[in-house]
Amino acid sequence: MNITAPTFEWLELAPVLIVLTAAILGVVIEAAVPRAYRLVSQVGLMVVSLVAALAVLVENFVSQRSGTLVSASMVLDGPAYLAWAALLVFGLLSMLLFAERRLGNGSTAFAASAAAVPGSVSESEAAVAQHEHTEVFPLALFSLSGMLVFAAANDLLTAFVALEVMSLPLYLLSAMARRRRLLSQEAALKYFLLGALSSAFFLFGIALVYGYAGSFGFRDIATSIGAPVYGDGLLLTGMGFLAIGLLFKIGAVPFHNWVPDVYVGAPSPVTGFMAICTKFAAVMAVVRVFYVALGAERWSWQPLIAAIAVLTMVVGVVIAVAQTDIKRLLAYSSISHAGFILVAVVGASVGTAAGASSSLASIVFYLVAYGFATVASFAAVTMVRDAAGEVHSITGWSGLARRNPFLASVVALAMLSFAGIPLTGGFIGKWAVFTAAWRGGYSWLVAVAIVASVVAAYVYFKVIIAMFFGEPVAGVEVGKASGFTLVPLVVGAAATLYLGLFPGQLLDLATAVGTFLR
Amino acid sequence: MISLETTFAPVLATGLTSYAWLIIAIPAISAAVLLLGGRLLDQVGHWLGVAAVTASFVIAATLFGYQLMSDESARAISVPLYTWIAAGTWKVTAGLLIDQLSILFALLITGVGALIHVYSVGYMAPDERRRRFFAYLNLFIAAMLTLVLADNYLVLFVGWEGVGLASYLLIGFWQHKPSAAAAAKKAFVMNRIGDLGLTMAVMSMLALFGSSSFAAVNAGAEHLDAFWVATIGLLLLLGACGKSAQVPLQAWLLDAMEGPTPVSALIHAATMVTAGVYLVVRSHAIFSISPVASTAVVVVGAVTLLVGAWIGTSKDDIKKVLAGSTMSQIGYMMLAAGLGPVGYAFAIFHLLTHGFFKANMFLGAGSVMHAMDDDVNMRHYGALAKVTRITFLTFGMGYLAIIGFPFFAGYFSKDHIIEAAFEVSTVAGIAALVGAGITAFYMTRLMLMTFFGEKRWREGVHPHESPLVMTVPLIVLAVFSIGAGALMNWWIQDWLEPAVGNHVHEISIVPGPIGWLTMLIVAAGIALGWYLFGRQPVPAEAPASRNPFTVAGRNDLFGDLVNDTLVVRPTMFASRGLVANDDKVIDGGVGGLATLTVGLSNQVRKLQTGQVRNYALTMTLGVVLVGVIVILSQLG
Repeated sequence: MNITAPTFEWLELAPVLIVLTAAILGVVIEAAVPRAYRLVSQVGLMVVSLVAALAVLVENFVSQRSGTLVSASMVLDGPAYLAWAALLVFGLLSMLLFAERRLGNGSTAFAASAAAVPGSVSESEAAVAQHEHTEVFPLALFSLSGMLVFAAANDLLTAFVALEVMSLPLYLLSAMARRRRLLSQEAALKYFLLGALSSAFFLFGIALVYGYAGSFGFRDIATSIGAPVYGDGLLLTGMGFLAIGLLFKIGAVPFHNWVPDVYVGAPSPVTGFMAICTKFAAVMAVVRVFYVALGAERWSWQPLIAAIAVLTMVVGVVIAVAQTDIKRLLAYSSISHAGFILVAVVGASVGTAAGASSSLASIVFYLVAYGFATVASFAAVTMVRDAAGEVHSITGWSGLARRNPFLASVVALAMLSFAGIPLTGGFIGKWAVFTAAWRGGYSWLVAVAIVASVVAAYVYFKVIIAMFFGEPVAGVEVGKASGFTLVPLVVGAAATLYLGLFPGQLLDLATAVGTFLR
Repeated sequence: MISLETTFAPVLATGLTSYAWLIIAIPAISAAVLLLGGRLLDQVGHWLGVAAVTASFVIAATLFGYQLMSDESARAISVPLYTWIAAGTWKVTAGLLIDQLSILFALLITGVGALIHVYSVGYMAPDERRRRFFAYLNLFIAAMLTLVLADNYLVLFVGWEGVGLASYLLIGFWQHKPSAAAAAKKAFVMNRIGDLGLTMAVMSMLALFGSSSFAAVNAGAEHLDAFWVATIGLLLLLGACGKSAQVPLQAWLLDAMEGPTPVSALIHAATMVTAGVYLVVRSHAIFSISPVASTAVVVVGAVTLLVGAWIGTSKDDIKKVLAGSTMSQIGYMMLAAGLGPVGYAFAIFHLLTHGFFKANMFLGAGSVMHAMDDDVNMRHYGALAKVTRITFLTFGMGYLAIIGFPFFAGYFSKDHIIEAAFEVSTVAGIAALVGAGITAFYMTRLMLMTFFGEKRWREGVHPHESPLVMTVPLIVLAVFSIGAGALMNWWIQDWLEPAVGNHVHEISIVPGPIGWLTMLIVAAGIALGWYLFGRQPVPAEAPASRNPFTVAGRNDLFGDLVNDTLVVRPTMFASRGLVANDDKVIDGGVGGLATLTVGLSNQVRKLQTGQVRNYALTMTLGVVLVGVIVILSQLG
């Protein structure tokens, strides 16, 4: 067996490499920089590296660099450009929330000493000494680099490695909440165990598909579907297992159980990061695997994804109706959004390039609109507080509009966008997604989706009604936040509105970059 | 029929005209500032509101001047704002169309609007929520301008809903009065029915033409089969009936008089309620080729003009008399709009003159109420001519204008409609003629009961003339009530021709036979009014009457009873059934599901020590599910 040394397209890979280097430098900072200066150097490094990565990405895009990378194990095509840009922007916005200290009276949202047993002496010592975990920045950067690779992976093995690089730091991050630490640690452990289980399925799927196609490469898999060596059994089983691993990451029903617990247990800034970036990267991977590698086999996976989409929308929405905790509500909302996105995935008419790209464009638009509204919501979640920290019960949010009309308006805007009300990004996203599915011949699925979105609107209006028409609850206050929270809050709200009013630019861009390269 | 030679495609806005959107933006921003500004603005907020509308008026006047100076082919200006959605066959753009029709509306709305804003500064002075009142008024102006300046039905609909919202907020402005809150709700609900019609019309247009722009609809209408043209026309008419208080959706307007009087003048007389007429005239391409739809418009107009006038004859509440009169006058406009190309210009003409004289009379009524401690019962008035001199004189001008006294505003505009109605249908003509007589009767009754006769004032009421800030707008409007007709009579048809289609017309200052007949009937109406209410003292309490005409009129021709029997009760019945169904079936289902879920999870919890196993179990079940679906899809 010949192993050819891979070639490295340094310039094209630069955005990933910059993020990865920054993560490694972040570890060095932890070791070398005095405690007092760690936070500021970590934040500086994070911002500089993400902006630099974005700049290189834009430069590459303008110079029209594209093609397969590292011996076809990754690919830089139009969708990859969009995904990378979105991941870098959303990563930056949500990591800014990590640095917020003013809200927590001088401490971040992370445990002073995550290794200390909750309630132990060493925990209180660390708290008194005002220790804090600035390791969260390198961890998140590692995770982000995994997401970047995941969204551009062009073979199954690379996808698996990227998946693990993305997930492992997230397990740790979830365990680091400053308050309610037991809940946080329990959530992280659940996330880890279930994540391992889903990875096992994914890996098994890879093995089976390799057995069928004789290759990990997406292009080779696509070719072998036309001329099979072995029977379809291997492929179909493998496809099912791949789907399970991927659907777990996007939080689709029935692989969603971890989502509510982890969203509630993890520190709110980390939840925001997961809700947006993980979902974005995983959806892009889903689309890439199903469109590029298994596009010719779509008659087999479309019914599966359609069924999962229906389940995800219905379960997500129905359970969201009963939620009384804002983070849990956002978790179920995130589940139902995964269902709406799957509607567009199903609608792919892969046969025509135009059909695939319109489906893809609608998915990208939906994710971006969802991402901005989510950034704003989680920034808001960190701001509503009482003496014990963040207030998560919706009754605690009642009357928020009287305490802080601005914050209440931002949350209302995000909720309207989640609900898909016109003049917000969410409306155009839903509309685009439904159109894509309709064109793909899945009108019944669109009908289900519309009903689900009508029910979902009730959930979001409940929050708005509580904020604007409820009586304020004593003891609940809107914390004074620094720019680290206010910037994501304002950017998220402004972008949500902008996408609703002027959706053309992003839609055109997403359509113009074209479809996947093979 | 419409000849296309005189129709010009709108030219793209350039230079200064491309800033025309400011006409809407300024009052909208002012409304937002007033709403969010807090108590800081309590002292100056009302003047900010006045300034915003005045600025809009200046912009409208500038645009109008620009149009007057430019060539006929370059008068219609389109101002594209942005493309909202462009995907596949659907293209939704938002833009403004400033043509000969919409500019007249813009001038009326901002001109009369500005006067009413000034008047409200005085009228609402004692109200501590005056800032909020002005915010709503500005919001209304912005929405109304959006409605008339939109270049497609979707944007028009945004404005349509906006004025509905503003109207709802303003009718219920005095929320502490339960009657005001109920009236606001009633207006809202009845308008929803109309809005449903408009929504369905717009949806049909989008489906049939792929666009809702006026240009696309006008161009596509003639290729449409008769069924769809009639359907769209009738749906639009339903929308118009709701907004313009036409039969059968008329009942809300009388209750809407619960709002402050400037609101009644601006929204429920001069501008918003005429939106239905605008809608019909704007959709002339649809109505002029569908006999079904245009006949329906004529019928609605003729019936409403009689019903409104009838109600006007038997009310004692001065504002409700005027409200009935408004319904009736809008009926005239609808009638004219239904007559086809012969009537469009006359409908708009009457709409403009009515805007002036009815706003004048409503504000006059407000001034009288101001004098009488907010009493609206005319039986408690009397002999006010000497006490409130300016109000009396300006009101008198409005009176002469509405009854069609020669050379006052209404004389020109109403006579045209009556003559045109006779040209098309004798029945419609007679209805219009009879309506003119009844109008003269009830307006004479109102004048006599309010300004003449004996003092019937309640104890402790000391009438006084209103302050200058209220009387100056009255005087300006009175001037227009006198001169607006003569000013526009020889001009408006030519001006509107490119926008609404042309028609051969002759305007003569000497009345024709129908003109003389109209004057005769009006004179008879006045004489009857004087005979019943001027010759003998008016009782201070309404006498019990068995006269069926009076009873029906006092009860709004039983409009509420009809609504109640035909709509409200069946709906309540169905709703109770649904609630019962909801409680038993749906709640039972959901509740049962919840119990089931809780029960299930409790059962599973007994078997397991930690939840994470449950989750893994669910995942495994999911794996089975995936397998089943994959296998099934292979079989299928």
